[in-house]
Amino acid sequence: MHELSIVMSIVETAEEKVKENHAHSVEEIDLVIGDLAGIDSEALDFAWDSAVKNTVLQKAKRNIIHVPAKAKCLECDCEFEIKDQFDACPLCGEPLLQIIQGKELQIKSMIIN
Amino acid sequence: MCATCGCDSETKVSIHRTNQHNPLSLENITFTPIEAKPTTLPNGRKQLDLEQDILLKNNLLAERNRGYFMAKNVVAFNLVSSPGSGKTSLLEKTLLDLKEQENFFVIEGDQQTSNDADRIAATQVPVVQINTGKGCHLDSSMIWEAIQQLKPIENSILFIENIGNLVCPAMFDLGEQKRVLIISVTEGDDKPLKYPDMFQSSQLCVINKIDLLPYVKFDLENVKKYARIINPSIQFIELSCTSGEGISTWYEWLKKEVVEQTPIAV
Repeated sequence: MHELSIVMSIVETAEEKVKENHAHSVEEIDLVIGDLAGIDSEALDFAWDSAVKNTVLQKAKRNIIHVPAKAKCLECDCEFEIKDQFDACPLCGEPLLQIIQGKELQIKSMIIN
Repeated sequence: MCATCGCDSETKVSIHRTNQHNPLSLENITFTPIEAKPTTLPNGRKQLDLEQDILLKNNLLAERNRGYFMAKNVVAFNLVSSPGSGKTSLLEKTLLDLKEQENFFVIEGDQQTSNDADRIAATQVPVVQINTGKGCHLDSSMIWEAIQQLKPIENSILFIENIGNLVCPAMFDLGEQKRVLIISVTEGDDKPLKYPDMFQSSQLCVINKIDLLPYVKFDLENVKKYARIINPSIQFIELSCTSGEGISTWYEWLKKEVVEQTPIAV
């Protein structure tokens, strides 16, 4: 369960930013998570609750912006949304895809006070 | 807090040369990426537009490791697999067969014990054990600490044996030049579809224990077909550490990688 390492990195960044700005805590945080980023939402929720305790993120409202996965077919160049990495091209049926969107894992912004 | 279940266990990551018990504490290395100025909001609040990759620190430190390896002409391989696929056996055999021809160094990653490092140490190859405690993967800062102790010499090969886990280690770049995934024929041949991230991020897939093929329901062509759907450029080597079949193909691959990674002298 690497989600906890992920949440702990977020906590670390949040603690740094709050300190740098002489603030007290994080009110709201926006995360961008691609559907193929390898993050399980339930594991993330579980990890979040335990990892943010007694940190600047304890009371923060967490918004997750999900990014749908998109791929480009290496045969016919068409771009389309995919659910899994092994989906075939809907036009030509080829399985050779380049993933062009959906691997994002970012802290977009936070509001601190 | 532990990196698996969030318990307050005091188990810390420890890194030590085999037979030397001086675990290092991981130093905090801070990076300050350029970011937009905070926007002031009412009531003294501020909005910070970070757009920061959550794995930024790991990725930056991985690049630092990669730079260190390139400067010293150390070719680093990250060996990943499920538990029990034969990473350590493949390493042992490789070290014993090739140690007269190449300079090897090994970083062993396990949650607990130095059993694997002891096996490697028995081959007389320098080895550092990283015990992650409860952690499920190695990260680039652990490798950075480990290479401070291991001090690989120039023109050498570094094997990093990751924690046996096909999920979490996929996300963490260690600074390696190549990622080698090992699966064995006693596993399911649909592994590539179940664990696509690892197959996508690896350059070579070693299929181990092929001496057991007559006894198990494992279709070599299926595993290759599935893996190529995920990663069209992935290469395969089929071998058995027990019978030695196919092992020379692995050695040829290694030697070719070493030649290709060696910078051209100016």
